[in-house]
Order: sequence, then C-alpha cells, then structure tokens
Amino acid sequence: MTDQQPVPPATGEPAPEAPRAAKPASDARWAATFREITTGPFGVTVLAFVLALVIGGLLIIVTDPDVTAAASYLFAKPADFFGAAWSAVSDAYSAMFRGAVFNYEAPTFARGIRSLTETMTVSTPLIIAALGVAVGFRAGLFNIGAQGQVLMGAAIGGYVGFAWSLPPVLHLLLALLGGVLAGGFWAGIAGFLKARTGAHEVIVTIMLNYVALYLVAWFLTTSAFTRPGSNQPKSPGVKDTAQLPLLLGDQFRLNAGFLVAILAAVFVWWLMSRSTWGFRFRAVGSNPQAARTAGMGVASSFVLVMVVSGALAGLAGAVQILGTEKALTGGIAGSIGFDAITVALLGRSKPLGIFFAGLLYAGLNVGGRAMEASTGTSINIVLVIQSLVVLFIAAPPLVRAIFRLPAPNPVVVKGASA
Amino acid sequence: MTAMAAPRTQVAAVTATRSWKVPITLGVFGLLSFVLFGLLGPAGSVTTFGISTGADLLKFDPVELPTRATAIVLSVLCLLLAGYATVRVRADQPVGRWVLAVFGVLWVLTFLVWAVADKSTSIVSLLQGSLLLAVPLAFGALGGLLNERAGVVNIAIEGQLLTGAFGAAVLASVVGNAYVGLVAAPLAGLLIGAMLALFTVKYHVNQIIVGVVLNVFAVGLTSFLFSSVLKNDPATLNTPPRLPTLPIPLLSEIPIIGPVLFRQSIIVYLLYVAVIVISIALFRTRWGLRVRSVGEYPQAADTVGINVNRTRWGNVLLGSMVAGLGGAFFTIGSVGAFGQEMTAGKGYIALAAMILGRWSPWGALGAALLFGFADKLQQVLGVLETPIPNQFMLMLPYVVTIFAVAGLVGRVRGPAAAGEPYVKG
Repeated sequence: MTDQQPVPPATGEPAPEAPRAAKPASDARWAATFREITTGPFGVTVLAFVLALVIGGLLIIVTDPDVTAAASYLFAKPADFFGAAWSAVSDAYSAMFRGAVFNYEAPTFARGIRSLTETMTVSTPLIIAALGVAVGFRAGLFNIGAQGQVLMGAAIGGYVGFAWSLPPVLHLLLALLGGVLAGGFWAGIAGFLKARTGAHEVIVTIMLNYVALYLVAWFLTTSAFTRPGSNQPKSPGVKDTAQLPLLLGDQFRLNAGFLVAILAAVFVWWLMSRSTWGFRFRAVGSNPQAARTAGMGVASSFVLVMVVSGALAGLAGAVQILGTEKALTGGIAGSIGFDAITVALLGRSKPLGIFFAGLLYAGLNVGGRAMEASTGTSINIVLVIQSLVVLFIAAPPLVRAIFRLPAPNPVVVKGASA
Repeated sequence: MTAMAAPRTQVAAVTATRSWKVPITLGVFGLLSFVLFGLLGPAGSVTTFGISTGADLLKFDPVELPTRATAIVLSVLCLLLAGYATVRVRADQPVGRWVLAVFGVLWVLTFLVWAVADKSTSIVSLLQGSLLLAVPLAFGALGGLLNERAGVVNIAIEGQLLTGAFGAAVLASVVGNAYVGLVAAPLAGLLIGAMLALFTVKYHVNQIIVGVVLNVFAVGLTSFLFSSVLKNDPATLNTPPRLPTLPIPLLSEIPIIGPVLFRQSIIVYLLYVAVIVISIALFRTRWGLRVRSVGEYPQAADTVGINVNRTRWGNVLLGSMVAGLGGAFFTIGSVGAFGQEMTAGKGYIALAAMILGRWSPWGALGAALLFGFADKLQQVLGVLETPIPNQFMLMLPYVVTIFAVAGLVGRVRGPAAAGEPYVKG
C-alpha cells in the first residue's frame, strides 16, 4: 500500500514534469491537474466506484431473464439484446438512486427528499461504529467484533432507556452512556486478553460476537427485558425521556443521532490527531517495538484502544435503539458491526472519509432495498458492489492498470531507491 | 489447593519462569466439577449412555451409571491430574500436553454425566456427529494453514467455504451426481483464492482487509446468484444428491470406534487423507521446507533462489481449494440444497482451529474436533432440556474457543512473515 500515497518530491530535486517544460505551460499544468484528479486518492475512489458499478451491472445483465431470452437470438436481432441489457441495468440503478438520494418521481419535494433522510438515518450507526473500528485499525488492532459491541450497547443503552425513569435530558445521556460502557467493556475483554495472554484480537472479537448474540437472546427471555405478560423476544419501548429527538418532524425518521455521529467524528479526529492518547495509539500501531522503547505501555494501549473502539461501537448501538428502533430485539444490530468494518476501510480510517463512506454505504443499502422492491433485482448485488469498491480502492495500481492511467508520481518508485 | 497455589504465583513470577497457570486452572475446574456436578448433583439419579448403533454387528446394552457417584469419581480423577500438574511444576518439569487432553476429556465426561441425569444419550451418535461437524472446520483450517505457512493470512476461509458449498450444490445438482460436487467445490473456492492472491501477493494490499472484504464479496455473490438464478429453477439447479455413507468393511464393525470413524461419507475419508498428505508434504518434503521458509523469512528464501511470490501464489490457490472442498460438506455432505449464508461463521471458527492447532495439520484436526464436539454437545443437550438455558449451550463452542485461545494455549507464534507482503528489494 506504500505507493498509494504519493510522496511529494523533496524541494531541490528536479520536478517530475521537468522534461515536459518545453510544452506550453498551460498544457503542462492541465496535464498535471488531470493526472492529479484521476490518479490521486479521490480519483481512484471514483474510478473504483465506477468499476464496481460496471461489474455489478454485468452481473445484473447475466442474470436478468429478459436479457437471457434476448441472448438466445443475439445474432438475429442484436438490438433486442443490448436494449434489454441496458434497460435491466438502468432500471436497477435508477431505482437505487431514487431510493437513496432523491425520488424525482415523487409528487412532492418532501416525499422526494425522504430518500436522502432515510440514507442519513441508516448511515448514523454505521458512521459511529466505523469510527470505532477505525480507531482500532490506526492502532494496529483489528476489531472485527463491532457487531457484538453494537449489540451489547443497544441492549444496555436500551435497558436504561426503557427500565429507568429519569428527567428528560439526563435520561437520554445516561442511556447513551450505558451503551458506551457496555460496548467498551465488551471490547475491553478482547483487549485485556490480548495484553495478558497474547490471544489474537481477531479471533476473540469474532467469538465475542456470537457470545453477545446469544447473551442478548437470553436477556430477551428474562422478565427484566420483556414486556409484562408477553413472552415475545422484544423489550418494552424506550421511554420518551430517553429517545433521541426527531430532526425534521414526524414525517421523517432522521433523528439527533445523526448529530451524535458528527460529534463522534469530530471527537475521533481530535483524539487521533490532537491528543496524547491518540499519539500513543498511532505509535503503537505503526511500530510497537519503537513505542515500547520510547517508554509507552504497549499492553495497556491494547486495552485502551479496544475500550475506546468498543465504546464507539456501543454508542452506535445505543443510538440505533434510542433514535431509530425504540425497542430491543435480537436482530437490532442488523449487520451494522460488519458493515462498519467495510465503511472504515472505505473511509481509509479517517473521520471525514468515514463520514462520507458511511453515507455512501447507507445509500447503497437503502437504494438497494428500493431497487429490490421496484425491479426485483436482488439486494445482494449491493454487497458485491460494496466489497468490490473497497478492494479496488485498496489496490490503486490495479485501478490504474485497468484504466491505463500513469502512476501518480513516476519518479518516486519504492524499490528503485532501495 | 488453589488457595495454596495462589500466593506462590507471586513468588514464582519473581524468582523463576515457572508458570502456575496450568495447575491453577485445572484445580479450579476440578473443584468446580467436584462441587457442582458431584456434591450438588442429583442424588439417586441414573445416567444412561448408548454405546451401539442399530447397524452394528456386535450390539452392546446401554451403560447405566449412578449419576452422583460417577461424577464424584471422575471429579476426583480430575483433581488428581491437577495435583500431578502441581507436582510437575514444583519440580520445574514441563506438564505434558496429555495431562490437558485427559483432563479435558474427564471434565467433559463429568459434565455429560451430570447433564444427562435421568435421561439417556448415545455416545456413538454424539461422537459421529462431532466428527461430521468438524469436517468443514478441519478443511478450512488446513486451507488456512497452507496459506499462512507461506506467509499469507487467510481470513477469507469463510468465503471459500461458502463458494465451495455453492459450487458443489449447483454442479452436483445439474449433473445429478454428488461426486461431481466434490470437484466443483475446490474450483469454486479457487475463485476466492485467486482474488486473495491477486490483491495480497501482487498488489500488496493488507491481507486481513482483503480477507474480510472477500468474505463480504462471497456472501454477496452467492446470495445474489441464489436469489436471482437458483430460485427460478430449484429443481435443476439446487437439488443436489447427497454423498452416500460408505462403511469401510471390517473397520466399521469395531465397537464404538468403527461407526464413528469408518461409517461416514467420502468427504470424511478425504479429510483423513488431506491431514496425512499435508502433514507429510509440509514437514517431510523439499516443497514443504521451501514453503515454510517463505512464511518465516522470505528475504532468506529469496536469497537462496526460491521464488517467494510464486510460492505464495501456489499456496494461496492450493489452500483455497482445500477450504473450498470443505465447503462441499454444507451442501452435498449434509443438507443437500444451498441456502444463503449457510456457512454461518464456520470459516472464522476454522481460523481459530488453525491457531489453536498451532499451524500444524494434526493440531488443526484436533482443534476442529474440539469445536465439532462442542457444537454437537450443544445440539444434543439442547434437545435434552438441561437445567442450563439453551442460549448458554449455543454459546459453548465460542466460549471454548476464547478459553482455548486465551487460556491453555498461551502465546502461540505463527509463521513470522504471515501478513507481510513481500516486496523484492
């Protein structure tokens, strides 16, 4: 991954564009700008997205019954085949856009923009949990257990929300805190075991996902977590005093959780880029030996990183139950924790990147649901697109090779200097 | 005993590298079973274990044991083992691994005697089911260790199992022959393996990231094809025949062991072959030495003329085929038809089995059997209505994994270069 962040040539060295100085200056500048846009991190992200959509489109074409029917007489009437292929893909993707961003077929603006607010609602827990995963990534720890931490956060945050009676603001804050503590504790187990016994955090966090799943399933069989007189595995509703307020009125599900997500992103930026803890986390992540030599407690950092990471995931669970779901069920975490890993990768573990990656990811999910409802294309195509986007973004040389683009900075090639 | 041993750990930590972890753990668990299953166990109950199946040539009557007395005797044996471990550690002698194994078996047996009180269960079908459930885990772990021995971390076992299950079901169903599925499964796993190798070996992308993402990709691809293709014509595309049981003559008639080990389908026998072949190939051949050197110290391997990245490509592809073969278990090896996300995280358990087995084929098999047993036990006890809530039984395999990875195994060291892309410099 070393060549994906172009290193600017040190001052004094000849600029890479030097041989082209003979050309008109505006041309050279245009070429350099063009190269910057297409081959820089942003360009690669866009191209990766395009590439994933193309492959997803091919899959839709191959599996579409109309297209397969037209393919049987491809040489007699090729126009039918291409027409069917085009309409299969464009119908699917335009339905996705209408579901995720703006429904231009809706009668009123409010109905049209509901798509975007839905995307924002779905993105809220994704962004917060992905921030947690990213804290782990940057400290060199793979927290694959966000799913379990989200679930524990939702269970405990939800419990405070529906079982306790407190004044409005305090109740909400305590419920959120409950989620934070539960998630932090759950991930802290993995951090503690890694620090004490060297148990690999990937394995332990994955196993804790399952333990959390069954633990919450058991909670929902106890009288403390179920509605009185009911044996349904569903908790009582979260009290009004603990609910996150709606932002745009009753018509939309968008709630203050989205603001919590923004605050969490700012917090993680401050933590990782401005605080002593963040410096320690990053040092331990990039070189544990050097960090130890510098006098930093590597083992205690493992625990702290996991606790912070899990606390954010727990917050995501609490926000999901206090803002969107309003009652605890076994499936409340959906696949938030697993999606968060992909979102963190997509956002390159940076808060701003994760914010947009979370919106993109949620948009694909929400749009995928709309697409399935309107064209019958299976929503699972969205998983294929999402995973391919991340793969392509992680391998810029592959994307450049496919689009026949030059390397961003041909002078600085790793290995040539070594 | 634990009270006596506890203060000594402090001293031991200061004076020597003596570790009291094993005796203390064994002592605590031994006392637990002595008190919970023995002293507090149901008085006057009888536990019945079946030790024959209907198809056996020689049939034995089920064994009936007095629950409480048996549990006390077994617990005392456990405590004796803990005492033996204490003696060994005091004399600065290593505690043999057999002690842990025997202790584990005894402890689980005690638990079983207690849990099955006043009921009956068949030991043979318990063990048979454990072996069967261990098959995908063992294949997955073998596939994983082939990767990691060459220095590529394979989180994508889950995806390889899933595509293997899918490929086996579809091809076996189309052709109408289950054995065709055994060829299709490795090829389907190969698809994920090729992507893993492309991104990690050629493009040096972080191996854990690629693995995690490939699992999402495999779920997406198989679920998409399932709901948009297989569902339209399940009769042709998703009704595979199942692998028949092939009892091995004579061997399958040995009491208890016979039906468990030798009255299985071909995929179980393939597992025996795979473990033996991979174990010999890795540790007794020139190829194996080269693979391991690439996984431990690729710079040195390169210096003596081994093509590091070609070796890694080869092993990633080979490993993905082995894991893919394991995927065949989920469809043609058990239920037949393919279902969305039917591997349900077994690939991750396989990964744990690989680590628990210390990256060796026999270790992987043993760990897979442990998980398979925990899984089967959970199923059996779930039906028997034990005093423990069902959810806690379902947690069992995962809690066992955590204890195994964190507790008794201690710090394990995998191939040194696993996870590091090799850039020739």
